[in-house]
Order: sequence, then C-alpha cells, then structure tokens
Amino acid sequence: MSGGPLTGLARGLAVTLATLGRRSHTAEYPDHKPDLPPRSRGVIALLEENCTVCMLCARECPDWCIYIDSHKETVQVEGAARARQRNVLDRFAIDFSLCMYCGICVEVCPFDALFWSPEFEYAETDIADMTHERERLREWMWTVPPPPALDPGAPEAKEVEQATKPARGPRAERTERPERPSRPPRPSQGEAT
Amino acid sequence: MTTVPDWLEVVLRAVAVLAAFLVLPLLVGQAEHKVMAHMQGRMGPMYAGGFHGWAQLVADGVKFAQKEDVAPRAADRAVFRLAPAVALVPYLVALTAIPLAPGVVGADMDAGLLFVLAASAVGVLGTLMAGWASGNKYSLLGGLRTAAQLLSYELPLVLAATSVAMAAGTLNLTGIADAWGPWWLAWQLPAAAVFLVAGVAELQRPPFDMPIADAELVMGPYTEYGGLRFALFLLAEYAGIVVLAGLFTVLFLGGWAGPFAHVVGWLWTLVKVFVVSVVVIWIRVAWPRLREDQLQALAWKVLVPVALGQLVLTGVVVVAS
Repeated sequence: MSGGPLTGLARGLAVTLATLGRRSHTAEYPDHKPDLPPRSRGVIALLEENCTVCMLCARECPDWCIYIDSHKETVQVEGAARARQRNVLDRFAIDFSLCMYCGICVEVCPFDALFWSPEFEYAETDIADMTHERERLREWMWTVPPPPALDPGAPEAKEVEQATKPARGPRAERTERPERPSRPPRPSQGEAT
Repeated sequence: MTTVPDWLEVVLRAVAVLAAFLVLPLLVGQAEHKVMAHMQGRMGPMYAGGFHGWAQLVADGVKFAQKEDVAPRAADRAVFRLAPAVALVPYLVALTAIPLAPGVVGADMDAGLLFVLAASAVGVLGTLMAGWASGNKYSLLGGLRTAAQLLSYELPLVLAATSVAMAAGTLNLTGIADAWGPWWLAWQLPAAAVFLVAGVAELQRPPFDMPIADAELVMGPYTEYGGLRFALFLLAEYAGIVVLAGLFTVLFLGGWAGPFAHVVGWLWTLVKVFVVSVVVIWIRVAWPRLREDQLQALAWKVLVPVALGQLVLTGVVVVAS
C-alpha cells in the first residue's frame, strides 16, 4: 500500500487527539450569558420621552410592524397668543414576529427615540405574544449599551464637529457667489413618486 | 469456592455477567459521548446528573422507555419485534466466556474462543432480521449490506483469531492469555490490526457503517425502530464494543498480564478493555466512512491476505520452536 491514505488516516488521528487535549470554547449559554458586541441587533428599544409621534419609523418600516396611536393635546403657554398643540403617544408597539431587524426605524428616527439593544431573550410560545407594547420597549431601553468609542483615526461624530466648529464671521466678508443657472423643469413622471 | 454449592455458583456467575453486561456498555457509551465531543471541540452532555452529564444515558434510557412501541403496517411483526433481542442477547452470551482474570469468568470453556466468535456472529443476524422485517426498502438495502459485510469480515476476523489460537496451542481463552508473552505484541501485530479492523467492521461502526449510512439509507435496518427496541440496538452496539475489546484484550494484549497481575489482574483487563474501546471510538471520530466497494476491497484484498500471511508466520514460528 502507498503511504498516501495511511498518512491521511494518521493525520486524522493526530488532529482528533490534539483537539481532545484542548479545552473546548463552548460557552454554556443559560449559565453563561454571551458577551455580545455593543452594536448587536437583539431587540429595538423605545425611549418614549424622545418620541414626537412623527410616524417616520412606522412609514419607513418595510414590513409595517410598528403600530403607533396618538392624540393631540393643547398646551397653554404663558404669554403666548394661542394655545400650542402637542402630540401625545397613546400606543407604540412593534410586532417582532414581523420585524426583520433591518434597523431602518432606528436609522430614520430624527429624535433618537429608537435604539438597538443586544437583549435577545424574548421568545414566546404564541406568535400573537410577539407584539410588544411600549412598556416593554421602554424597559429594554435600560439594556442599551453606551455607544462604543470611535476607532482610532476616525472622523469625529457629526454632532461634535458641528458644535466645535468656529462661529461664522460676518456676512459681508464673504465673497459673492456666482449666479447659479436656473434648473431645468423636472420631468413630469418624477413627480408621481 | 469449594464450600459454595454448584447452583449458587452458577447463579452468582450469571448475575455477575449480567451486571457487567448492563454496566460496561453504558460506560463505553458515556465515554463515546464525552470523548467524541471533546475530540470535536465540543463538551458533550453536561447537565444530566449534575456532574459533566454522567447520567445522560440513564436519562436516555428513561426517555426511550416512555416512547410508543410502533411497528409499521407492512412489517413482519413477529420478526420485527424479535430482532432487537436477537441483536443484543448474543453479546451477553459471548460476554460469559471472556475472562477478567484466571477463574474470574462466567463460564470457562475449552473452546471459549470458538464460542465467543460464534455467539457474537449471531448478533449481526438481528440486524439482518430488522432489515428484512421492516417493510422498508432502505432497511432492506441496509440489511443486505450488513449481510455482505458480515460475510466479508467474518473471514479475516476468524483467521486473525486462529493465528493466536495456533500460537497459544489452545482455544481456551484463559489458556491463551496465560500463554501470552510481551513479544507477541510484535509477532502477532498484523493479526491484531486485522482483528481490530474486522471487529469494528462486524459492529458496523464508522468508518464501516455502510449498512446504516444515514446520508443514503436513512438509518439502514434501524429506520423503522423507535423507543425501547431502538435503544436495544444501540445497547447491542456498545455491548459489541465491550465484547470486541474484551476479546482483543485477551487475545492480543495478554488479558490480566501486567505488574501485580496476581492481585489486580482483573483491573488490568478492565483497563485494557477500556483503552481498546476508546481506540474504537477514536477511529470513529477520526476517519471517514468507506464506500461499499472500498469496504469489500479492504476485506478481500488487504485483510484476508494479511491474515493468511500472519497464519503462515505463526505456523512457521510455532513449528520451529
């Protein structure tokens, strides 16, 4: 017999024996919680104090799994001529049986009311129980980790950049901009979308 | 021993063999769980029983016993129901003749080697019966593969055992182990290799598990079995490992030979049996399954010639000395 298959078999024995001597990397899950990275997409948490019921998340959701109800309230402001109107959130629910964890709602929220939480233990025995109301979503807010530090050499966050920019000089010092040519009229079918 | 009446001695030996038959396969099974897991970078059972899953097989047994006993409508019911027993009991019978130490044996027979080989060969019949009676084409194919495998590998197995019997000049297993000397390790090495390979093939364990190749035949002859009857087939497999390892220990490793053999000889036998069992498990983990034609080619083109050559060598040495 040639040495080919025999060396292969010997190598198989050697590899398994070496693996037998090493500790396995298994983390026994229910006893040891997994160490998840800060950007894990476990569940979507709601900071309802920040929500203005703008409905952007519900509209952008690709499978329409966000349910929002609200009503308007009038608020009397001292010294104002008229009463102001304010949106009050009545219901905010996410159906996690439909959610596909794309994160568009988190991205699109203009007031930072939605966050990714690494929490993932919310299995249910009935699919109808997968719709979680705002109390539960608010509770998950406590599990949202602080944003991780930027990579070395990365540009500053936009907010920080904006705040640390030197104030603009007076308008007169700026050079006049050249006149821009007027835009051509948009094609009519573009307006349909 | 002289004060013990005959009937009591028979009962005691039978009970001891039964206890060994119930405990050793479970130990080997648990060892397979853990050794295979760690060889694959896993942990294996960790929860049953609390400490590293020591009670996993007990829990499995309880689960199997609770399951419904189902026989397919197309099955030959009587044969179907009998098959697991036919697979399991021969190994119990074979275990009675394997000695742990001089005198520590279920039944010391003059033709013990022949008896063990004959009895353990019957075990494969259970698989054949299961394949035939299940009323399932995959089971039937698996059964036929079992038959082909049995025919091919029985020959090198018996030839390798014959070589040892010739060298020892006896078929009595205690006599063979007594006649054993350390230089047999080199002298009978080809026979030992052939015996181990053919023995693993007889048990239809990987890499010789063509009859139950799950990618092709679902579960081969065991496809239609569930519950306790399936558990009996599993138990038969592990009992087969114990019988094979015991026979290998007695034939090729000198049984109880070792330091302080007159005091702890039985312990040496058990240790060797366990080591051989772990090797059988190790082979299963490390090597890929053979194709059916490779399986037959290995038996007829490699094992049988090697066994015959060993037979010639043994004959020459025995006649010359």
